Amino acid sequence: MNRGENILSRLDWLTVLLFFLLVLMGWLNIYAAVYDNSQTNSSIFDFGLNSGRQIVWIGASVLIIVFLMALDFKFYDTFGYVAYGLVIATLLFVLIFGREVAGSKSWLYFGPVGLQPSEFAKFATALAVARFLKEPATKTGKFKNLATLAVIIGLPLVLIILQGDTGTALVFTVFILVLYREGLSPFFLIIGLSASAIFILTLLVNQIVLGVGLAVVTILLIALGQKTPKRISVILIGAAMVFGVIKSVDYLFSNVLRPHQQNRIRALINPEADPLGYGWNVTQSKIAIGSGGMWGKGFLEGTQTKFDFVPEQSTDFIFCTIGEEHGYIGSLLVVGLFLTLLLRVMYIAERQKTRFARVYGYAVTSILFFHFAVNIGMTIGLFPVIGIPLPFFSYGGSSLWAFTILLFILLKLDAHRMDMLLR
Amino acid sequence: MNDSRKYVIQLGIILTGVIFLIKLFTIQVTDETYAKAATDNIVLPVIEYPYRGLLYDRNGELLVYNKPQFDLTVVPKEVYVSDTARFCKLVGITEAEFVEKLTAARKYSKVKPSTFLKQISNEEFASIQAHLVDFPGFRIQARTVRAYTEPVLANAFGYIGEISRPELDADSTNYYNQGDYIGISGIESFYESQLRGRRGVKYKQKNVQGVDMGAFQDGDWDTLAIPGQNLTTSIDIQLQKYAEHLLANKVGSVVAIEPASGEILTMVSRPSYDPNLFSGRKFGENFEIISSDTLDPLFNRPLMAQYRPGSIFKIIQAMIALQEGVITPQTRIVCDRSIIGCHGNHSYENLQGAIANSCNPYFHNVLRRVVNQNVVEDTYQDTHIGLDKWRDHVASFGLGAPLGVDLPNEKSGLIPNSAYYDRAYNNRPWKYSNIYSIAIGEGENLVVPIQMANFAAIVANRGFYYTPHLIKEIGDSGRPLPQYQERHYTSVDSAHFKVAVDAMAQVVESGTGQWRAKLKNIEVAGKTGTVQNDPLPDHSVFIAFAPVDDPKIALSVYVEDAGQGARAGAAIASLLIEKYLLGATERPWMEEYVLKGEFFHE
Repeated sequence: MNRGENILSRLDWLTVLLFFLLVLMGWLNIYAAVYDNSQTNSSIFDFGLNSGRQIVWIGASVLIIVFLMALDFKFYDTFGYVAYGLVIATLLFVLIFGREVAGSKSWLYFGPVGLQPSEFAKFATALAVARFLKEPATKTGKFKNLATLAVIIGLPLVLIILQGDTGTALVFTVFILVLYREGLSPFFLIIGLSASAIFILTLLVNQIVLGVGLAVVTILLIALGQKTPKRISVILIGAAMVFGVIKSVDYLFSNVLRPHQQNRIRALINPEADPLGYGWNVTQSKIAIGSGGMWGKGFLEGTQTKFDFVPEQSTDFIFCTIGEEHGYIGSLLVVGLFLTLLLRVMYIAERQKTRFARVYGYAVTSILFFHFAVNIGMTIGLFPVIGIPLPFFSYGGSSLWAFTILLFILLKLDAHRMDMLLR
Repeated sequence: MNDSRKYVIQLGIILTGVIFLIKLFTIQVTDETYAKAATDNIVLPVIEYPYRGLLYDRNGELLVYNKPQFDLTVVPKEVYVSDTARFCKLVGITEAEFVEKLTAARKYSKVKPSTFLKQISNEEFASIQAHLVDFPGFRIQARTVRAYTEPVLANAFGYIGEISRPELDADSTNYYNQGDYIGISGIESFYESQLRGRRGVKYKQKNVQGVDMGAFQDGDWDTLAIPGQNLTTSIDIQLQKYAEHLLANKVGSVVAIEPASGEILTMVSRPSYDPNLFSGRKFGENFEIISSDTLDPLFNRPLMAQYRPGSIFKIIQAMIALQEGVITPQTRIVCDRSIIGCHGNHSYENLQGAIANSCNPYFHNVLRRVVNQNVVEDTYQDTHIGLDKWRDHVASFGLGAPLGVDLPNEKSGLIPNSAYYDRAYNNRPWKYSNIYSIAIGEGENLVVPIQMANFAAIVANRGFYYTPHLIKEIGDSGRPLPQYQERHYTSVDSAHFKVAVDAMAQVVESGTGQWRAKLKNIEVAGKTGTVQNDPLPDHSVFIAFAPVDDPKIALSVYVEDAGQGARAGAAIASLLIEKYLLGATERPWMEEYVLKGEFFHE
């Protein structure tokens, strides 16, 4: 393939199309969420509205895309650690000099325009992880490598937690999927998943019942299998660890989690217990989506979102507007588009010829997946309320730009996947 | 290496999507509760109260109407008062009160209207309204209360008030809401469903703060308020006012009926009160005062007071005896005063003479003939049969049970039957000699003034009546309720009424009524009644109708503790006949006599 060939002919246009579809739908729904029919002059382009500002952010995104496409593809490989370093520095800077907004210190202001560096930490970390795993010889099983990766991923995570934005910090845990694809033992994944399952179970079920259940399972496991000393000790150690988790949940829940975080978990488990208090967001969000029915109330006809029953209607809870105004058909379309995008991006990752590009591709897939799963999951009451945006949809310059960069670096790498081999 | 792991991740992604789509399907399509919750969230039903129907007199004069009253409301969030002193001067409050009221309103809600000043007078309203544009956040809210053109008929009109808990629970139609106004007594209560109209509902949308966001679904579900029906009463307000005037400072009642229709021309209960006192903001205070009055102005005497019928009852006895064929108009009976006392100078009268002289032994004998007709051998059993037959006759005159007047709480009076005496005598045997006092209208008999007025109308009609009623036209129908268009016949043939009419005419021409009830140009028929009321003075009772040949008015007059029926009762009845038929009395001295009220000194 000729390196001089036009980038446009190599671009994965399906992904580009999906990107623009999602951004456009997002923009229309932001307008619907803030639309007020009592104000006659509220045009979708009104800069006083979120929708008017979002179109500016979208325009800027297009410029960013052009810029990303113009850069040499090799730049990203080289640039990986630099970008990472810059982002870490900015996160530190924000932590020290940033202005506190609603309990978290994650914003940087340039005059009236605010930027959220933590959004950009996602693609920078993805680049850094890809850069580190660049050589196929770098095994994920080795402790030294694992420790380095833990630092690369853990550093922004800790800094963002310190900023007070736990939601964004949690996104970084999804890198475990990338590492899993690159050979990390599935035990890490299994242990992570079972710990969360036990955590939720402990909150739902009485501790004594859980303890008795655990004892019964342990005895059955020992009784039914081979009674070698090794096997028995492994089972006993395992049981002891699970018991430890159960006992520590209480402590974790009431001493480590902050009250608003405790409430978000309570709201997930039983929102009806306090529908006007901690259950409010989940309850109202479900009402808005649930009232959409099969066909929805129609564009700009939603009431729950417009009359402010749903909080954060144009950002984190933007999915409520889709559910309410476009019904199940709209939800199906959006979920379908996201699934298509995720599977397409994963397909692109898989077809990369270099490990750098593949790792990066998986990072993109995982980050988008995490946002998709957690954001929609929380609006329909399947996940605790964690304030992270729906990619390309939610209102906000920082998040739109960060996702654009994340995605289009991959598309640039993909366009040159053949060239990489020729190097 | 590890290539198979991509399927695990793929599966995870697809599974997440599928779980979402299933969950979305359940809450959006299969579960209706969310749609309902959403409507409950945003829809605010705003009740539009209809105008309550008006009341007119029989000649179209307005009696009861709705008077607007104004409340000043405030929405704290919109308030901008640049000059507090000027505002306070305008509405007539101090600056301290201003702050206090505004704080209270703010505490209730910053965005919802709350009442700032209640029930502003019309004059205040006019001056405030013009300046209100300078004070955003303040608005005038109009409400209506009942008002009355004349301070009369309070007991008949009744009043309206907030619906009570038990009434609310008893409302099977689910029409009423807490805080609604409902007719509590009188016409307001009886004709509640006609007067109230139907309230309208406007469904408004509200946002999370409760602020009005316009009509819900373009008002497709809204219903307009339908005003209540206007009612034309049968009352002649001029006659009513005159009757109230004549009964001033007395205790008693007047009921006047148009015999041909059963329409009540006048209904007075004394003592009474000004109906305007029970309307508007002073209701609670005034109700307290009036309900604790020992003369009980809330007691509607024409319908609720029960008296023994006295000698008036002899007319009924006579007609029943004629119907039963046990006497003829020519039957003479010796006035044997050893059985029962009598008065006047007579000894051996025929029927008409016995009525005119109110001969007690005569009617003692007459009732015995009615009751003991020897249908069976056993005297006790014979009395049972005879008494019950007699009672059926009496009941056909509208006695012993509520007439069914269009007012609540009508009393039934009492006409005893055999079961009554079995109870009274504890099932020991009884016969005529135990019960004879009912023959002369004493004993256990009880009647209500409106029943006596209706009885006068029956005699005037020679044997039938329409149930007395106060409302002659409902809305534009031009008709009263169906039950008031139905003629009721007594069990006595019309032919036998001639004796009663002649006897009553004679009472006024030459009997007890000749001094005060006789009129120069109108032939009046009447009967005095003097109801014993030991140890206090007797009640003065008079029933009458006129003119005898073409009766236009039939009435009963009760004046408590006023002595003989021939005095207060006869005087008032005849004055009312004059007023109604001639427009004014031709006997000013008689009017003076009544207003002076000294009925014991001649």
